[in-house]
Order: sequence, then C-alpha cells, then structure tokens
Amino acid sequence: MAYSDKVIDHYENPRNVGVLDKDESDVGTGMVGAPACGDVMRLQIKVGSDGVIEDAKFKTYGCGSAIASSSLLTEWVKGKTLDEASEIKNSEIAEELELPPVKVHCSVLAEDAIKAAVQDYKSKQAK
Amino acid sequence: MKTPIYFDYSATTPVDKRVAEKMCDCLTLEGNFGNPSSRSHPFGWAADEAVEQARKDVAALINANPKEIVWTSGATESDNLAIKGVAHFYHKKGKHIITSKTEHKAVLDTCRQLEREGYEVTYLDPQTNGLVDIDQLKAAIRDDTILVSIMHVNNEIGVINDITAIGEITRERGIIFHVDAAQSAGKIEIDMQKMKVDLLSLSAHKIYGPKGVGALFVRRKPRIRVEAQMHGGGHERGMRSGTLATHQIVGMGEAFRIAKEEMQQDNARIIKLRDRLFDGLKDIEEVYINGDMEHRVPHNINISFNYVEGESLMMALKDLAVSSGSACTSSSLEPSYVLRAIGRNDELAHSSIRFTLGRFTTEEEIDYAIKQIIDNITKLRELSPLWEMYKDGIDINAIQWAAH
Repeated sequence: MAYSDKVIDHYENPRNVGVLDKDESDVGTGMVGAPACGDVMRLQIKVGSDGVIEDAKFKTYGCGSAIASSSLLTEWVKGKTLDEASEIKNSEIAEELELPPVKVHCSVLAEDAIKAAVQDYKSKQAK
Repeated sequence: MKTPIYFDYSATTPVDKRVAEKMCDCLTLEGNFGNPSSRSHPFGWAADEAVEQARKDVAALINANPKEIVWTSGATESDNLAIKGVAHFYHKKGKHIITSKTEHKAVLDTCRQLEREGYEVTYLDPQTNGLVDIDQLKAAIRDDTILVSIMHVNNEIGVINDITAIGEITRERGIIFHVDAAQSAGKIEIDMQKMKVDLLSLSAHKIYGPKGVGALFVRRKPRIRVEAQMHGGGHERGMRSGTLATHQIVGMGEAFRIAKEEMQQDNARIIKLRDRLFDGLKDIEEVYINGDMEHRVPHNINISFNYVEGESLMMALKDLAVSSGSACTSSSLEPSYVLRAIGRNDELAHSSIRFTLGRFTTEEEIDYAIKQIIDNITKLRELSPLWEMYKDGIDINAIQWAAH
C-alpha cells in the first residue's frame, strides 16, 4: 500500500510523543482502541486555567496511519479550547493525511481519543 | 548492497538466470515455439520433446514416474484439481474430507466450495507448534472419509508436517491423501517411492522458476483418478486440457533440475544465514518465534515482536521486503489465521513478521536487516502505550478494552 507523504512525515517524525502525569488535575487522558484490533491510541492534554489546551502528548500502538493520525491530532489541539478540540472531525484528519478508505478507522480512533481525553479532564474538574 | 532487500522468498522467487535462458529459447520463430500436441511436423515434435524432458526433471525431484506428472497453471490449480477432482470422482464412496486449519487458502476455499456442494469437511486444529496432530487426524477418520489434504510445509511459519506418517494411516484405511507441496519442493526431500502420498501439488515460482505453471503428481500405483476441472482437447491424459505452455513448462523443468542438483548446498548456506538472523534478534525483549524450530524448512523465520504492530514495523523496515501476519497488510481485516490457529493471541499475530531467505540472500544483507530491526523496534516501542504499560508492570490482558 502506498502512503501519502504526510503520513510518512508524521510516521518518521512523530510530533509530541510522550506522557503527561495522568493523576494531575489539569491533565485529561483518553485511551481508545484495543490490542486485539491492532491499534491502541493514548492521547493526553494539559489544560490551562483559561480552558485552552496548552500541551498534548500521545503514544500509539498501530499502523502508520494510526500513528500519523494521533501525531497530527496533537498538533491540531494545542491552543484550542476544549470545545473547539471536541469538534475536530475524523473526516478532517482523513482528508489532511489523504487516508485511503481502508484506513479511515484510524482517523475515527483519533477523534474518539480527543473526545475521551476532554471527557476525562471534565470529569476530573467536576469532582 | 542494493536496497530494498528481498526477504520474501516464500511469496515468490526471482527466476534463476539459467531458467530464464531456457525459457527464452522456446518463444520466437528461431526458437522452440511449436505446439507440443502437433504430431505432424518437427516443430511439434521438438516442443513435445522439451515438455517431456521437463516432465522427467520435475518427476526426478520427487522421485516419481514422469507419467505421474500433470501440468497445471500453478499450485492453486493443482490443489483445486486434486481436491475437487477426487471429491467428484469418488463421491459414491463417501463425502467426507479432512484437512487442517492452517492450509493455504487454495485448499481451504476449495473445501468450502465442496461444503456448498454437500460434502462434509473436518478442519483439524494444529498443535501450538503448528504441526498436525496425527492422533487427532486418526480420530477424525470416518467410514465415509474419501480424502485427507494436508500441506507439507506451511507457507507462513515454515513447519514441516510428517506426511510419511500420515500416508501410512491413509493408505491403510484406503483413503486418498493429497499434499500441497508448494512450499517444500526444492527445500526438503520429497520421495514418492517412500511416501504414501497419492496427489502432490507443485509450483514453479517458489523455486526459481516462472509464475503461471505448476504440476500435480497423480499416483499410478495404486491408481488414483481425478475428474477433470478443465475440459477441452484432452491434454494430460484428459485430466487437464489446454495447450501446453512450452516455455513455462521448460522453465519449471529447469528450475526443478537445478533444485535437485543444488538443494543441499543451497540449504547449508541458507540455514547459516537464518541462524545468523535469529541470533541477531533473539536477545530483543519480548520476541516470540512462531512455529516449531526443529521441524522447519531452513529458509523461514517468523517472529512476533510484542507491543509493536506489524504494519508499522514493515513501514519502518522499508528497506526490507518482508511480509506480516498483521491484518492491515491483507485485504481482510483479520490477523493471520495461521498464527491464530496455533494459539497466538491477536496482539502477537498482529506483531508478526515473516522473513524468508533464498538462493541470493547474502550475509551482508542479514547484518543490515538485524541492525534495521533492532533500531526500529526500539523506536516503535517508545511510541507504544502497550510497551510502556508492560514496562510499568501493568497486565494488558486485565484491562477491559473496547473492541472497535
């Protein structure tokens, strides 16, 4: 299968790989996927007191498209408010990375990951 | 050294130059282009002679009679002809077939078709080393069993089934025994005088011959009958009609002749390279060899690198032409059914890479591959949340994952 240049770029130079302390109150963690399905994505966001995402980190077990989708997502969410970040659609990721139909599920997973991270952060704040 | 490096000899092999030369001699006006069935002039006679020489060379590699060789378009057709041919010819004797879950799709899908036609098929579970359990096979035999079809060497994990032992059982019970030998011919000894195999599928392109040609061994003593699947001019004693492709057949014959002559020296060299690759990788943490290491062809190594997904690893190993049991590499979304059948969990099946070496693999290529693999495994594990969890002592199987 041929990959787009953008997928290859993100895959070879992934942005924002790493870990944030999941126990910090200003960190939201979203982990989606399953090892049995061949991809697991963990996305973490650090949110400022103004509700803007200051930092984002990811780790992904999965194919090149899954790694690229999560890498791109960390770039996109930084500087966005939680609401703006939640509005990112998988189709935008798929379009940006020129994912073929068989790889669209990777972008769906990325959308799920940011939603889960925002949810995790919000539930922490509600406590 | 040129990249990418070819490590996928079980998918196909390059045609040996000596083979290609012989094939080229059978194409043009100056060459041996005649129709082997033309009995009325020297063009036909010469082509027929070339085809019959090839038949002898193919038969010689498996110690069979040349009259027992039927030309086909490849091992897939041979499997179809053998299985459907026997099922249709002997259906009055019974309608039960035994095969295994790790067979090639050419066997499994043919059996599925026969199920649709009203036949019953038993699919044996392999043992965790990938081999067919002989006792389980014996227990599966019924009074209406007409055919057992078991592969000699598995294409993914390279393990060698004991077809000699299976042949003793089937012959005693009067059951026809078919063997798919696409992955074993030219790699290990096959002897049709000693092994009680009734039908044996062969392919040319796995052993440095051309694609598009294969053969089916059909035993004469005791005589095995198959119903033709391709009808027409009655070629190949009525079992497979169609003008014989002289250049393809001559290529297969030459490839088999060379294999017989050079198999031992090729194997001695390849097994050293395989061990060198294995030694270079075995100390990486969390690596698993898939399939039995003892009953295995020399050129195959299939490894799972836990916590790294196979397709992303292949993407990283872009200088190495390998194949993966990961779902993403195939058009279906299931990981390797062979690795699942030998009891590997989905993660390990997704993390597997198959390296198959061959006649033209060099030590330099192996060393380059080892370095590439080690570097990229490290890189991808740094990216992997599962690896991090493993390192933190978290049991990944204890987590409730949401399947998607």
